[in-house]
Amino acid sequence: MKLELRGITKRFGSFTANDAIDLVVEPGEIHALLGENGAGKSTLMNVLYGLYHPDGGEILIDDKVVSFAGPADAMAAGIGMVHQHFMLVPVFTVAENVELGHEQTKGFGILDAAKARREVTEVSARYGLSVPPDALIQDLPVGVQQRVEIVKALIRNAKVLILDEPTAVLTPQETDELMEVMRTLKASGTSIVFITHKLREVRAVADRITVIRRGKVVGEASPNSSSAELASLMVGRPVQLTIEKAAHEPGDVIAEVDNVRIVDDAGQVVVDDVSFDVHAGEIYALAGVQGNGQTELTEAIIGLRPLDGGRITLSGRDITDSDVHDILRADLGYVPEDRLHDGLIGSFTVAENLVLDRYDSAEFSKGPSLDVGRIAANARQRVEEFDVRTQSVDAPGSTLSGGNQQKLVLARELSRPLKLLIVAQPTRGVDVGSTEFIHRRIVAERDGGAAVVLVSTELDEVLGLADRIGVMYRGKIIGEVPAGTSAETIGLLMAGTVPDDLPARLRDPGATATGSRTTVRTEEPL
Amino acid sequence: MTEVAAPTSALPEPGGPDPAAPVRRRRALGDNTIVVTLLAFVAAMVVGAILIAFSDPATRSASAYFFSAPMDTLRAAASAIGRGYAALFEGAVFNPTTAARGTVAGIFGPISETLVSATPLILGGLSVGLAFRAGLFNIGGQGQIVAGATCAGYVGFAWHLPVVIHLVVAIVAGMVGGGLWGALAGWLKARTGAHEVITTIMLNYVAVNMLGFLLSVKGFQRPPYGQAISNVVDANARLPHLLGSSLRVNAGLFLALLAAYAIHWLLTRSVLGFEFRAVGANQNAARTAGMSVERSYTRVMLIAGVLSGLAGVTQILGTNSAITGDIDAGIGFDAITVALLGRANAGGTVLAGLLFGALRAGGVQMQSSTGTPIDVVSVVQALIVLFIAAPALVRFLFRLHGSGAGAGQGLAKGWNG
Ligand SMILES: Nc1ncnc2c1ncn2[C@@H]1O[C@H](COP(=O)(O)OP(=O)(O)O)[C@@H](O)[C@H]1O
Ligand SMILES: [Mg+2]
Repeated sequence: MKLELRGITKRFGSFTANDAIDLVVEPGEIHALLGENGAGKSTLMNVLYGLYHPDGGEILIDDKVVSFAGPADAMAAGIGMVHQHFMLVPVFTVAENVELGHEQTKGFGILDAAKARREVTEVSARYGLSVPPDALIQDLPVGVQQRVEIVKALIRNAKVLILDEPTAVLTPQETDELMEVMRTLKASGTSIVFITHKLREVRAVADRITVIRRGKVVGEASPNSSSAELASLMVGRPVQLTIEKAAHEPGDVIAEVDNVRIVDDAGQVVVDDVSFDVHAGEIYALAGVQGNGQTELTEAIIGLRPLDGGRITLSGRDITDSDVHDILRADLGYVPEDRLHDGLIGSFTVAENLVLDRYDSAEFSKGPSLDVGRIAANARQRVEEFDVRTQSVDAPGSTLSGGNQQKLVLARELSRPLKLLIVAQPTRGVDVGSTEFIHRRIVAERDGGAAVVLVSTELDEVLGLADRIGVMYRGKIIGEVPAGTSAETIGLLMAGTVPDDLPARLRDPGATATGSRTTVRTEEPL
Repeated sequence: MTEVAAPTSALPEPGGPDPAAPVRRRRALGDNTIVVTLLAFVAAMVVGAILIAFSDPATRSASAYFFSAPMDTLRAAASAIGRGYAALFEGAVFNPTTAARGTVAGIFGPISETLVSATPLILGGLSVGLAFRAGLFNIGGQGQIVAGATCAGYVGFAWHLPVVIHLVVAIVAGMVGGGLWGALAGWLKARTGAHEVITTIMLNYVAVNMLGFLLSVKGFQRPPYGQAISNVVDANARLPHLLGSSLRVNAGLFLALLAAYAIHWLLTRSVLGFEFRAVGANQNAARTAGMSVERSYTRVMLIAGVLSGLAGVTQILGTNSAITGDIDAGIGFDAITVALLGRANAGGTVLAGLLFGALRAGGVQMQSSTGTPIDVVSVVQALIVLFIAAPALVRFLFRLHGSGAGAGQGLAKGWNG
């Protein structure tokens, strides 16, 4: 099936998200749609999928004009979509989710569960998409949930599969698996529209690349182009892909984490006797695969989670039992890993989000009332300084693209002098242009004398930014290594193996003891 | 795949006049909340008209021979509907017959009744709406109104203070009573996680039955102790009439408008309101930003209780002069509807309160002068909100296009708070 978009235009109010976009997807090709956050990729695909009605342009399938009133029409026409945010029912099984809206019945409205399971097993076998048909969605890792979404589309006979930023939520291994699946699908004749802003991935799987910037197609590129070429096409200016930073000059110890132990709500030990310290003017990275206790540890430092044991001090002051408000006022800045969930409020304006943790300070309030003028002035200044792309400072935070939301949170946290900055996954789901900017700001904060704790699952980010690296595995810091340590060594540590050539003093004595928690991600459920 | 399964409509030929323009205009209309609200009102009135026709004996008897003379039925129905809605208007806004007498009561009587009914509805609506903005469902309006009315009424008849001071003290007593009743539910949620829907409903029972008990206690109950009614509130503690003693409209209206302004300020301009809204919109982000979610539960329910308490105050110091078991008059629950219609903001709640006040006042007139049951008005009220909660239905009925969801979506969200 050949798919063509001609002159698609989509406006939100006065803002043009898609401006006369042309795109042709040939049968059996992987067509990458590359563009920064907010470029209009999701909007374009939502138009194609019948979720938005275009303000102009037409969609052609095999050279015939079609029009979709809703996703049902698009699906019937052979278009399948895996959204950036999955649309699965967590308490249903895989088979039930796949059948949802497409139920197999034995007549009289009785569900044919056996047939459903068979279908799921068959499709997953045919395309090498292993999914456990009887597992509940909520028990599955993100990567497997994504495969369920793909199976769902394939069962409905999708001939063109749209994957909207599928790798944003995946670990490196899961990403590799997904690319394998994409190649299999392509071999069987399915075309794929692969949306991403990650250059490495496009270069690895795409047959053709269309680059979109600010709602317009700015060009096609071949998968053989260099990363630098693609990046500058995408951003519209040359981009620095490596992080530049001055030599590390650590000062006094700012934050000390002493034998911290955390037990989660289910009674599992998630952080097990962790100790480390961070100096002024230093970036300390907590590396590791997602789900090894980093999240809980950072939440404990800022006071969101009670400790089961241990002590945390900030500039010599014990903050173990302080509440979040006091800790933030002690000059700690926090960029949470899930910005939509914890970092900002979608229905609040950009201006309000920029004072979310300081609305009650003397700077932004006069007695019981908010100083609306100062809040607005602050917003204009921050938006300008951090290049947050928004229609106005009064636009709701939810209308910003992911990268801009991240810049919003960062702008808020960096807008006051900090002793300690904790940033978790600062560039997850963020485009190259913004990533460069965010990295520069983090380094600037370090150079300004703040201590920085960076939590990241991206090896490149850790290697590029960190002055010291603690690798977390099953709730412990399994090893602490200096900057310049090879990616292989850190990769091994992330997988739970302590290399023999690691100097003894860097090894955590308890590291090889059996962890008290098994992570979901290290063992596939099939 | 070669064939496209049932594309719904082909795109227009290029070059001709832009056929999308009316669609766009209709979509803009469909997204406009004021338009949707007005259309919901119209749709509800249409259904109400059908009910009026059905409840009319003349129409019913004409319909027995509908097929031989259908016009009879239709004529009778049209006449019943016309009379019914005319009476509704006369009871709520302006009655030419009484106005012809030229008295103040004759001219402003209906408006006065509308305002009297609207006053506690506005206050109750503000109470529910404020809690809603903080993510809480305050179903406890009834209990808070009863608590407020009881405290204000007790101070009003048991204490004897100088003019002005007595009124102020009685109002404050009502605010404290309602506030504590509301705060109790907030505090229970903050401390124990008890769901506010359950606690506020239970506290309604407690308040109503405690009042029932008080109405049998000497010193509270009015001699000669035959009826469940309290002593009469001192004249010093009564809210002054605004248009002379012949009309019931009283200074309670100012209390309601003042409260609406205060809540508007609280929600848009205050530090506390910022916190309430943050907790209501995204608890996790609020907590991460250092706000105490638990503390705001107690605080917002305290203020919501004060507002409902004020509704009780206007009932006992304004409209009535003694406490009875039904002092709440269903306002606690109608307030939920008012808050939904007003979309939980202060200005909207005032307008919604006025509309429902008018329907209440007009409904009474409709029942007494045309015999149409007042229940029709309740149905219309419920339908307005139903249509607003389901804007897609209104758009469908009026062939509008739109994208946004309505009050219902926000409503559904709140239940897990
Ligand atoms: N429903 C909407 N209303 C208003 N603006 C929107 C809406 N959806 C997206 N936008 C805006 O359109 C632009 C493109 O968004 P999107 O297509 O999600 O970008 P991408 O997927 O390329 O990151 C962004 O600037 C975003 O703020
Ligand atoms: Mg997107």
